[in-house]
Amino acid sequence: MATETGIGASVRRTEDARFITGTGRYTDDINLPGQTHCVFVRSPHARATIKSIDTSAALSTPGVVAAFVGADLARDEIGDLPCGWLVKSKDGSDMVAPPHPPIATERVNYVGEPYALVIGESVQAAKNGAEAVVAEFDMHTPILDVATATQSDQIHESVPSNRSYDWELGDKAATEAAFESAAHITSIDIVNNRLIPNAIEPRAALGSYDAASGTYTLHTTSQNPHLERLVLAAFVNIAPEAKLHVISPDVGGGFGSKIFVYAEETAVIWASAKVGRPVKWTAERVESFLADAHGRDHVTHAELALSQEGDFLGLTVKTIANMGAYLSTFASSVPTYLYGTLMAGQYKTPAIYVEVQAVFTNTAPVDAYRGAGRPEATYVVERIVETAARELNIDATELRRRNFIKPEDFPYETPVALTYDTGNYAASLDKALEYANYSGFASRKAQSEADGKRRGMGFSCYIEACGLAPSQVALSLGAGVGLFESAEVRVDVTGSVTVMTGAHSHGQGHETTFAQLVSDKLGIPFENVSIVHGDTRRSDYGLGTYGSRSIAVGGSAISMATDKIVSKAKKIAAHMLDSEEDQVSFDDGVFTIPDSNESLTFGEVAFSAYVPGNFPLDELEPGLSEKAFYDPANFTYPAGTHICEVEIDSETGTTSIVSFVAVDDFGNVINPMIVEGQVHGGLAQGIGQALLEHGIYDSDGQLVSGSYMDYTMPRADDLPDFVVDTTSTPCTHNPLGVKGCGEAGAIGATAAVMNAITDALGVKELPMPATSETVWRAIQGG
Amino acid sequence: MVDVTFSVNGEERSLSVEDNTLLSDTLRESLNLTGTHIGCDTSQCGSCTVHLNGKAVKACTILTAQAQGGDVTTIEGIGEPGSLHPMQEAFNEHHALQCGFCTPGMIMAAIGLVNESESLDGDAVRKGLDGNFCRCTGYHNIVKAVLSAQQNM
Repeated sequence: MATETGIGASVRRTEDARFITGTGRYTDDINLPGQTHCVFVRSPHARATIKSIDTSAALSTPGVVAAFVGADLARDEIGDLPCGWLVKSKDGSDMVAPPHPPIATERVNYVGEPYALVIGESVQAAKNGAEAVVAEFDMHTPILDVATATQSDQIHESVPSNRSYDWELGDKAATEAAFESAAHITSIDIVNNRLIPNAIEPRAALGSYDAASGTYTLHTTSQNPHLERLVLAAFVNIAPEAKLHVISPDVGGGFGSKIFVYAEETAVIWASAKVGRPVKWTAERVESFLADAHGRDHVTHAELALSQEGDFLGLTVKTIANMGAYLSTFASSVPTYLYGTLMAGQYKTPAIYVEVQAVFTNTAPVDAYRGAGRPEATYVVERIVETAARELNIDATELRRRNFIKPEDFPYETPVALTYDTGNYAASLDKALEYANYSGFASRKAQSEADGKRRGMGFSCYIEACGLAPSQVALSLGAGVGLFESAEVRVDVTGSVTVMTGAHSHGQGHETTFAQLVSDKLGIPFENVSIVHGDTRRSDYGLGTYGSRSIAVGGSAISMATDKIVSKAKKIAAHMLDSEEDQVSFDDGVFTIPDSNESLTFGEVAFSAYVPGNFPLDELEPGLSEKAFYDPANFTYPAGTHICEVEIDSETGTTSIVSFVAVDDFGNVINPMIVEGQVHGGLAQGIGQALLEHGIYDSDGQLVSGSYMDYTMPRADDLPDFVVDTTSTPCTHNPLGVKGCGEAGAIGATAAVMNAITDALGVKELPMPATSETVWRAIQGG
Repeated sequence: MVDVTFSVNGEERSLSVEDNTLLSDTLRESLNLTGTHIGCDTSQCGSCTVHLNGKAVKACTILTAQAQGGDVTTIEGIGEPGSLHPMQEAFNEHHALQCGFCTPGMIMAAIGLVNESESLDGDAVRKGLDGNFCRCTGYHNIVKAVLSAQQNM
């Protein structure tokens, strides 16, 4: 049904109605009768032994209801915060995960780690109480340098050399042989700077306990409420899943940082039963900086072996990844299965060998941030390819084109464990080059030089593996959960439809996209479809939203459930029309018997399903409601070309992005407007990493970029207008032919910007963020 | 404590607040106007932008006591489905919001910007909104929406 609200239409978003009128309902907007407020007492030290904690003065502070320390949780057998992905080292041994109590008991290992909580009648009372908590610490020298962490003092008793794992992927011998036959070797040393996610809605949690039923209810800012419930039930021991109701209402952005199960919601839900009243916590921004999981933070050396003609022969990558002080929920998977597996990029590099050491430091835990491993991989591949082109004096686009996996090569098995199903990389490159007016670049550069400025152009031909993930693959690689998605499509008596999904929308517009999908497939008005998400009691178990998985996995589950609805409805229609099921056809909301003029509308069949006057009950069950669980057969592989053109003021080092083009292949697209918006946002974060953002700890382990005064968020006037378009090779293995679009911008943009700046400056390497000071120093030659 | 009387979305409100209470907290907690959001603690993010006496201000930079006798307009006071303000309409039409958290502040700031400007081009919109963070949209569609809305305001 090609309509103005169907698949492929830029339908205006349904959810906007509440957001533009201020009637959205975020966690902090929710208040419960008798509610108390929680304030966490956080470590001022990066590494210290806790000698004592005295809460007596806090407890006598007016308005304070209770104060707890880690030992109180331990006494109730509240478990550690687990890491859900087991990575194995080269020698076959399991990764080492240090104990991670939600509230520190014996030691604190990063600035901001909570070691006590105070609950008060008001936030102010709880804050006053928190000020009165007296703790004595034995301070130790913090371990902060990721490059030397393995040779430094041990942070955790159970973790020798501060190393969680030493992982490898690929054929080492074949790669070494490739290097021996190389005519040219390009090597680079890069640092992928630490980022702090900064969803504009701070994390929050509101826990309550109903003693009569023994049920806990947690409202929280989670990207995956079912996973939150699973972890709190199975690992943290709050309550059995059936007694734990998790609701993620409107959530104000996540970008990965709200996937994880954190100390704060754990403590809040536990404390709600201890004090017998609801307990609420909303992060202040400084807490977001200190205690949200950070992103990226790699140190990498990579080498690319090439033939005389520019064929890629082999790639080696050696990375040290900073895990921070503890292993966060999915931290171990990010620099391994979401990173090493992407090192083929869009190219036919025949031999690749990747080594990753994950190390602990006295900094906030590091985990998935938009793109999660794939931006880091793209940065390695696309920086080294561009550098090789310069060294060999080959046009950077031609070198890429020469090595592209060609459309006829698919399905293509890479040397790093993935099989790409489809793609046409040259199509995206060609389209992007046209938008970027590549042929006119030389004259624009000459004009800039005449104006005393420097101009550069940089490319990034990225690939990502999305649609996390085939459960079979994920489980074999150490995942602790399957990564299918669930859906329930419930047809109401009058023919409207309610869809329950395990995916979660925190900006992605699922209420619109999923409704387009269902209304299109059922031939019913878009307005008649409602999407329900974010509530463990309303949707079946689901895995939530991250890794650009919602449409590819969640959407496919909805599609399958909708197909089951059509199938059941055909049975009902056949009965109503006194025909056979296989005689009924369904098109555009109408059931017909071909070669007859008998027909039924979807609404008539729905009504009959619930008013089954003469159903043959042994053959035809009343009702019209179906469920589906979709487990993908493979990842999806969105890919594209991003081209950045910059002009740099030689006097000040200030970089202006004069043009940014992104051409992405997302396969089929349900709502182009929403997809473009996802790309814009990703680009902003990718450009932010390249030019502005940097999480910095000083030599004492204090987070000096710990507020919006110090951490440079991209503002409107830091960014250009974007040129965004798509190409399409539909995914071959999911029912919708979709690939996912949420992370592409953040994955592709960073390398394009840095390739452009290094092109403009004529330097090989430049640290991120390329602030005007950094660029100015490079211009000065030092 | 201090007694304060001011108009909120056209309705006179009188209440007693602590001297140091911020307008942003009063709106959310005492008046249950939760459309005004709080995204930071350093007056950088702009999520709490409202209008005080017709000017866009960050409500976290105003003590509630300072609003005495004043006229406060929040996101809840500018339009509703069926009779949206042109800026609300434009944000929807141009997909200028995703998660929606910065949106009320962004809309209030954008209305203030348009009201104070003769005519805006894209660069002027970007400069004029540099006190408001959005982490979702990359600002591209926000700029489009504001340029479009100014035609209808």
